[in-house]
Amino acid sequence: MATEHALTPSGYIEHHLSFNSQSIGNGSFWTIHVDTLVMSVALGIIAIGLIWLVARGATAGVPTKRQAFMELVFDFVDDQVKNIYHGNRHTFIAPAALTVFVWVFMMNAMDFLPIDIVAKYIVEPIGGEHTFWRSVPTSDINTTFALALTVWFLMIFFAIKSKGLGGWIHELFCSPFGTNPLVWPANFLFNLIEYVSKPLSHSLRLFGNMYAGEVIFLLLGLWAATGVTGTIAGAILGAGWSIFHILIVALQAFIFMMLTVVYLAMAQESH
Amino acid sequence: MDINFTLVAQAIAFFVLIVFTMKFVWPPLLNAIETRQKEIADGLAAGEKGRAELEQSSKRATEALDVAKVKASEILALAEKRATQIVEDAKGTAKAEGDRIITGAKAEIEQEINRAKEGLRQQVSTLAIAGAEKILRKEIDAKAHAEILTAIAKEL
Repeated sequence: MATEHALTPSGYIEHHLSFNSQSIGNGSFWTIHVDTLVMSVALGIIAIGLIWLVARGATAGVPTKRQAFMELVFDFVDDQVKNIYHGNRHTFIAPAALTVFVWVFMMNAMDFLPIDIVAKYIVEPIGGEHTFWRSVPTSDINTTFALALTVWFLMIFFAIKSKGLGGWIHELFCSPFGTNPLVWPANFLFNLIEYVSKPLSHSLRLFGNMYAGEVIFLLLGLWAATGVTGTIAGAILGAGWSIFHILIVALQAFIFMMLTVVYLAMAQESH
Repeated sequence: MDINFTLVAQAIAFFVLIVFTMKFVWPPLLNAIETRQKEIADGLAAGEKGRAELEQSSKRATEALDVAKVKASEILALAEKRATQIVEDAKGTAKAEGDRIITGAKAEIEQEINRAKEGLRQQVSTLAIAGAEKILRKEIDAKAHAEILTAIAKEL
């Protein structure tokens, strides 16, 4: 898309991996990725809103096809949560799992759209030519970290809620090795590593998969720019990668949901 | 890899979505599904109950039929017995009646015979007296010999 400077492969890739950043204050932290935010919020409203519309008119009698589909998703999530978490899942964990699954799935699924289609036909008419726009919110590490950190805080919140602040601190120092004061540092170190590694692995797994998928699409798009042969090969490989990506999109959404449920369930069980 | 305020905004959006799902999406779906599950379970239980009842009532019907059959055959046997008895009774009555009639007739006949004998005797005595009167003519006085005459008539 960047035509004012020479169309080089690295320029093409760099352009497509740039976010639409808007500064809202001093310092690099006070910027917002408008593309990520708009896409994710819009997808969240569309997906959850759609389920809400169906759920609002849900009947216990013979369900409509729409309701049957939503119940399929509902049952799928509910079954997973039921197997992992044995408390009252309906108050928080199961709805949270449904939100995570649906939202992440929708955000991942943006990878199926042709790379520039949103930028070309929706954003550029509004924001002018060469506006940066990345359609896949989950290939922005801010999104995946935001989700993982929210889950992380919820995890700590539920741990304290179910064990009490004292119980939680006790567990930080006294598990997994025992209550002997000599092993307190080791226990604390262990728990510290666990608490740091959880959100990291949680968010980076999703981010890595979606980022890599996007880069491969970009490379195939780059190939298509080299001529007729490249276009044909790029189209065929792009179709193949898209089909394979269906699996990745669904699988990563599922894994993200499962980890969310597992972390939240673990937080409420004592070791 | 720039971490910036987007993270905070996304986290808020995520939290809002979770709360929304928790409050407005999950409960109605859960309610609908659980209500339906309960209704289906109830329906199945009712069906099972109905089938059991049907089985039981058909068994009862068969039993009632058997009882009725036994009773009918009993009644039939009783009726047959009664009929035989009635016939027997009738036979007895008829016989007795016949005997009675026969006895009556015999008695009547006897009576008739006796009456005829009596008549005959009277006639014979009259005849005898008449014969004797003819033989003795004048010598016999009806009044004087009335005693003898009556004795003779009685003897005859």
